[in-house]
Amino acid sequence: MRRSNHLKYSTHIYQKNKLVLSPWLFLIPGIIFFLIYVIIPIFQSIWVSFYEWDGLGQAEWVGLANYVELLDDEYFYTSLKNNFIWLVLYLLAVPLGLFIALFLNQVVFGIRFYKSLFFFPFVISQVVVGLIFSWFYNPNFGLLAHIFISLGFEPIAILSDENLVTYGIIFAGLWPQVAYCMILYLTGLSNVSRDLMEAARLDGAKSWRMLWYVVLPQLRPATFISVVVTIIGALRSFDMVAIMTEGGPYGSSNVLAYYMFETALSEYGFRLGYGSAIATVLFFIMLIYITYFLWRLYKNEKGI
Amino acid sequence: MYNYLKVTVLGFLSVLFLTKASLSADLVITFDDLNPGPKAAFENAIAQFQKENPGINVIANNGDREEHKAAIRNFLIADAPDVTSWYPGNRMRPFVKAGLFEDVSDVWDANGFHEDLAAVKPTMTIGGRQWGVPYSYYQWGVYYRKDIFDKLGLFEPNTWVQFKYICDTLKKNDITPITIGTKYLWTAAGVFDYINLRTNGYKVHNDLTAGKIKYTDPRIKKTFEYWAELVNAGYFLENHASMSWQDAVVPFANGEAAMYVMGNFSVDAYKNAGLTYDQIDFFPFPEITKGVPRAEEAPADAFFIPTNAKNKSDAKKWLAFVARPDVQTEWNKTIGQLPINSKASVSDDKFIQQGFETLNTAAGLAQFYDRDAVAEMAAAGMEGFQEFMMKPDRLDKILKRLDKIQAKVYK
Repeated sequence: MRRSNHLKYSTHIYQKNKLVLSPWLFLIPGIIFFLIYVIIPIFQSIWVSFYEWDGLGQAEWVGLANYVELLDDEYFYTSLKNNFIWLVLYLLAVPLGLFIALFLNQVVFGIRFYKSLFFFPFVISQVVVGLIFSWFYNPNFGLLAHIFISLGFEPIAILSDENLVTYGIIFAGLWPQVAYCMILYLTGLSNVSRDLMEAARLDGAKSWRMLWYVVLPQLRPATFISVVVTIIGALRSFDMVAIMTEGGPYGSSNVLAYYMFETALSEYGFRLGYGSAIATVLFFIMLIYITYFLWRLYKNEKGI
Repeated sequence: MYNYLKVTVLGFLSVLFLTKASLSADLVITFDDLNPGPKAAFENAIAQFQKENPGINVIANNGDREEHKAAIRNFLIADAPDVTSWYPGNRMRPFVKAGLFEDVSDVWDANGFHEDLAAVKPTMTIGGRQWGVPYSYYQWGVYYRKDIFDKLGLFEPNTWVQFKYICDTLKKNDITPITIGTKYLWTAAGVFDYINLRTNGYKVHNDLTAGKIKYTDPRIKKTFEYWAELVNAGYFLENHASMSWQDAVVPFANGEAAMYVMGNFSVDAYKNAGLTYDQIDFFPFPEITKGVPRAEEAPADAFFIPTNAKNKSDAKKWLAFVARPDVQTEWNKTIGQLPINSKASVSDDKFIQQGFETLNTAAGLAQFYDRDAVAEMAAAGMEGFQEFMMKPDRLDKILKRLDKIQAKVYK
């Protein structure tokens, strides 16, 4: 008797707050894993950055020493500079993806096949992309070298030229990223309202004006996702660098993510504290950039 | 359906029981070389060891070298094999310091290794104890295309002047004098080590890698001056920074390059690239400063017992086994390297014979820049060497940077 009363009571609480509680109930598993694998490690990593630790012995508290050391580390500045080059150039993937999506958004025989061809680089692993491009760039047997020779130029060793190497890797990285943005835009384009376009056409809007004032505003969600994903991709560009150059020649193509790995986890590194300090810097750069972006988006939404 | 299920369950159970039953005598050995020669030698030795010790169930794992380097920190702590291959000198130091490698001095005492393995005893020793057992080492030096030398009337050089003359002659005949691939950096360290050993000798090499001499020291600068003579004259392979050491074998094999400063493990690669023994030969790196006793690079490979190993008594049997003269003879014959046990016999391969001769008459044996120097210093140093080979005019800046890192690393 008492038990059923109890049951009734608890159902009653749940019933009363159903709308508030249900979302949380569904969110709990996600939140738990997000905490364990994302949020807590962020703070652990920041914590480790105040220590000098080789991962084996005793960790030694050094306060801000790792950050002070960073300020005087040439490799850190090279990596930081390269990260910004990545950030700027990698964003080219967004307009390029849009362009290809517009181009492919037509009804022709076999268009699905062409779409899948363009999408292909995103499906294959970044490691494979990196390998393909290292062969492509190889000054001895690479395709690029053959093209240069047939045009009568000396082949350039892009991946061992300190001034070109970062651009070479970014170019390789753009290949799958453009495909990704393209797919995002293609799905966006299928949702563009025909009525609006029809109306705009009646009002005399054509080509560029149509694109700029009618189509693009409707693609805003796709643009948002593309930009965010591309920025994050640029900042954590790791696989390409690791596969194509390992940060070389002599550290000139390093980026923060790879430099962090190199100092904290590679054959010659194992300074976990120092690596964590680099990770922390990278984390704050990402945080600032993405917060700014979200804030702008929020303002835009409110404006409408 | 039911039958299928029954079979699966039974299979599972039997697997469980089997592993349980054999657990007591399992010996897990982890090795790190998949190249055909070393792989065969390791497998042969395992087979022989298994035959001699039927009571032990040997489980041999062989993996890629670079992966092994990346994984060892984890498996030493989390899931240690009973025996693992690794390197002596500074490479074993962090693990010894952290108490992750077992002291195996008793194996050395019981088997008379202090005498038989004397050649590499110093590098296996930290704090007066021995931490592993070496099974092989090899010489470094200059491998060259004998057919090309003969055609151009060139001879093995003894001095720096002769060496440069050879480079010059080759260059004039449109042959790259020295092939090298510095993408993975360590090859450049080999060249640096040799020029440094010949310019300043063994002690300076040790003092530099121990952090007792600065990189801006006039003696080290002198080393770079000699190196710059080769770099500025364009004697090294172009585009070396995009190539691995294996890539750099290609121009050597097809006659576009004539010399290679390398370790003896590379002979296998020359043969696989289609060169015959008549076409290739070896000479020790020539003298630079007159009167400096000739020291050589001779990195050793060894086996270690992790502290967290489960079956240490059988692991020690394996260590005693791999250092036995007959085993070392056979093993090194297969991989084309030199046995360390002085009672072992050396293969009659001409490179092994020359290597044996070279190392036996050497005034000192260095491990290698990246094994003698502390890891972090080695990484920065080798990057500096690569940068120097591409931009020799930046030398001062590079050396100052290395000094800064040295001050930080060896505080």
